[in-house]
Amino acid sequence: MSGTALLKVEQLVKSFGGLMATNHLDFDLVEGEIHGVIGPNGAGKTTFVSQLQGQLLPDSGRIVLDGEDVTQMPAHLRARRGIARSFQITSLVPSFTAQANVALAVQAREGHSFGFFRRAWSDERLMEPARAALETVGLAHRAGTPVGDLAHGECRQLELAVALAMKPRLLLLDEPMAGMGRKDGAFMTDLVAGLKGLTTIVLIEHDMEAVFRLADRISVLVAGRVIKTGLPAEVRADPEVRAAYLGHSH
Amino acid sequence: MAEFDPHRASLVDRLAPLVVIAVLAAIPPIAKALGDPFLVKVATRVVVFAIAAVGLNLIVGTAGLVSLLQAGLFGVGGYVVGIAAWHDFNGEALGLGPIAWAGTSDLAITLPLAALVSALVALATGVVSLRTSGPYFLMITLAFDQMLYYGAVALQKYGGEDGLQILSSVTFAGRDVSDRWSFFYLCLVVLAVVLFLAGRMIEARFGIVLRASAENERRVTVSGIPPYPYRLTAFVISGTIAGIAGALLAAGQQFISPADMSWVRSGDFVVMAVLGGLSTVWGPVVGAAAFVILELVLSSWTQHWQLVFGAIIVVVVLTLGGGLSDLVRLMSREGAR
Amino acid sequence: MQTALLAEQFLNGIQFGVTLFLMASGLTLVFGIMNFINLAHGSLYMIGAFAAAAIQAATGSFLLGIVAAIPITAALGVALELGLFRRFYARNHLDQVLVTFGIVLMANEAVRLIFGPVPLRMPLPAALAGSIELAPGLVYPTFRLVVLAVGLAVAGLLWLVVMKTRLGMWVRAGSSNRAIAGAMGVDVSLVFAGLFAFGSALAGLAGLMAGPILAVQVGMGEPILILALVVTVIGGIGSIRGAFVAAIIVGLVDTFGRVLLPPALGSMAIFLLMALILAFRPKGLFPVHG
Repeated sequence: MSGTALLKVEQLVKSFGGLMATNHLDFDLVEGEIHGVIGPNGAGKTTFVSQLQGQLLPDSGRIVLDGEDVTQMPAHLRARRGIARSFQITSLVPSFTAQANVALAVQAREGHSFGFFRRAWSDERLMEPARAALETVGLAHRAGTPVGDLAHGECRQLELAVALAMKPRLLLLDEPMAGMGRKDGAFMTDLVAGLKGLTTIVLIEHDMEAVFRLADRISVLVAGRVIKTGLPAEVRADPEVRAAYLGHSH
Repeated sequence: MAEFDPHRASLVDRLAPLVVIAVLAAIPPIAKALGDPFLVKVATRVVVFAIAAVGLNLIVGTAGLVSLLQAGLFGVGGYVVGIAAWHDFNGEALGLGPIAWAGTSDLAITLPLAALVSALVALATGVVSLRTSGPYFLMITLAFDQMLYYGAVALQKYGGEDGLQILSSVTFAGRDVSDRWSFFYLCLVVLAVVLFLAGRMIEARFGIVLRASAENERRVTVSGIPPYPYRLTAFVISGTIAGIAGALLAAGQQFISPADMSWVRSGDFVVMAVLGGLSTVWGPVVGAAAFVILELVLSSWTQHWQLVFGAIIVVVVLTLGGGLSDLVRLMSREGAR
Repeated sequence: MQTALLAEQFLNGIQFGVTLFLMASGLTLVFGIMNFINLAHGSLYMIGAFAAAAIQAATGSFLLGIVAAIPITAALGVALELGLFRRFYARNHLDQVLVTFGIVLMANEAVRLIFGPVPLRMPLPAALAGSIELAPGLVYPTFRLVVLAVGLAVAGLLWLVVMKTRLGMWVRAGSSNRAIAGAMGVDVSLVFAGLFAFGSALAGLAGLMAGPILAVQVGMGEPILILALVVTVIGGIGSIRGAFVAAIIVGLVDTFGRVLLPPALGSMAIFLLMALILAFRPKGLFPVHG
């Protein structure tokens, strides 16, 4: 697949006490692709994504985003560089409505938040893009509902809306379909498919059907390192991958 | 039928601060009618404490950071006024490095000066305290409050532990404001301005960042906003408001002492904010009124009123989920649905 | 400064530091394991001193006073824990601050009600009232030496228990990961009560040992509490080792600060030190929670 390299990860290492969660990991992303990341539980997928987003800082190695070394850059600055992330366990502001949560992401994009006077939730410059993002994920009818009252699946949709509102160059989706039923899962799969070309996506998922359908390329993560990267068909057929992982998938 | 839009301010939210100010404004005429001028003095105390408590709520209620520094900053403001008046009264100049300042009893000068000095102290202590969070933040603000207390006690020239009396007449831009009524309405105007500005701040982008950070700091950071600069700003604003309140207290009772800045007083401010309700900007005003009234009533019953007061605090924390204004909001919301 | 004076102040600093350690270890354990901020810890210090002074005044025996005061303070601490504080372990820190603040107000006023506003004295028996010549030219009050010795002994005992026993292992594990604490199969509520009793006893001991040196008066606990909090913050919440190191540092800085610096700066010295340390190590010197 030809295209500019958006992200290059070289020899990434992260240890927790005696455990090496990320073990000299190499990874690259092409702009505009949907890149699936699969692997057994405990392979270090979430740890990897957390280091891309900046919530965790690596012990050694390099992360280069569009030519810029962001390895030790704090999370909020990476968000400004265009890295957005959805969380495996949804992380939202409970007392705010769905729309207000998205509006916060819109607000973050606009530069600083040292506005002391104008009412944020009456500001159409924030609320209009927020409604649009909710519309995209199919949550517009729940705009005024506090997050505490939303169903689990709706929270996942909301996390996606919040990430989209950041207009990211790199979207990190950490198991967006986890805990969803067939219908909701299919809806989410269609959503992610619809984002192709609009942004570059790293998709961690256990739902094999979804990953093989959506991804342009897939990387297989085992014990903190990538053992194979390639087209879905290649990965599916690779004996090493089958042995390490696909043998005991869902 | 009016749809309940959660993004718009409710009627209660918009009217309540006005009602509160109106009620307070009515007290001097009522006091005159009842022939009890002491009420005006009590009301002044309520207003001054309310200003400090509303300022504190920016930190505690909005940003979710429990600070025990408010009394210290309150005292800083008070001492600015006291020291300026002392030098004015004694005709002795205050040497500040190369400058010799004659001092003044004019609030039009000392109020802004008190605000500035307490803002600087808040900035210095905030920079250190806000690098931590939660329990650490609490302990550090308590420690800094104690430090400021000791600082005041060490000011032997200005009364030390016994406190500082203001013997000159307090004026505002040349006009004498030392009579009860004028002074009360001066304080009330300050409270109204603080309520208005705080109300706008909480609903504006600045307040949104504080409120979101209080509930889920990670979400805010991940979106691209670092909470620290906003929290520090809120801390400085809160401290400035405290300093203004302290300045008014000193001018009003013509006296300021280290006891006004002890950690017990800091605790009292937190109690006022919690009693009144942390989720509204006007709640702490009600809390301050409740506090002052309780203080008055209990101390008239017994010399050992703090025993009862402490017990009340314990019972209230055990039983109530929120404060008085939270109850009002809850009731009005139920009615609107 | 002459050597003798220097040495005397050094000993004073260590002695004060050891007192602070007694207070801080109770605080840091309770916070580290039960996640409970106890502003009423200073009240237990005060109660320890008052109990000892009152018993001594009633019976004429200094020894009886100090021996009885410790269980009394521990019992009061447990009563508070069982009756009230227990309900607040799951509640937020603001509620904990408020309830312990209320208890402090009540305790101070109750003591004033019972004993009056005039400070009590704890006169020392002849054996302890004198001084000992530690070295040529260096004469040091006997009682302060005893306090120093007792404090170090307790510190040593604490270190032994925490480092070498199963209970200690549980405490250390619990400090760094509360989920583990529950899973290790111990009766949690019993251990909590025990920890609180122990912390209260230490506070009471610190208070009664301070009685003969300082005055026994209402509100004596709060300045010590605040310094103990500074020790806890500098040392790192949950760390006994950190509390000890920080306590000695704070004791020395405070003592020398008051002696060497002008009065205003002297009392503020320790807080400025705290600010300096926090500027470089926001989580303290030996943080336990990562």
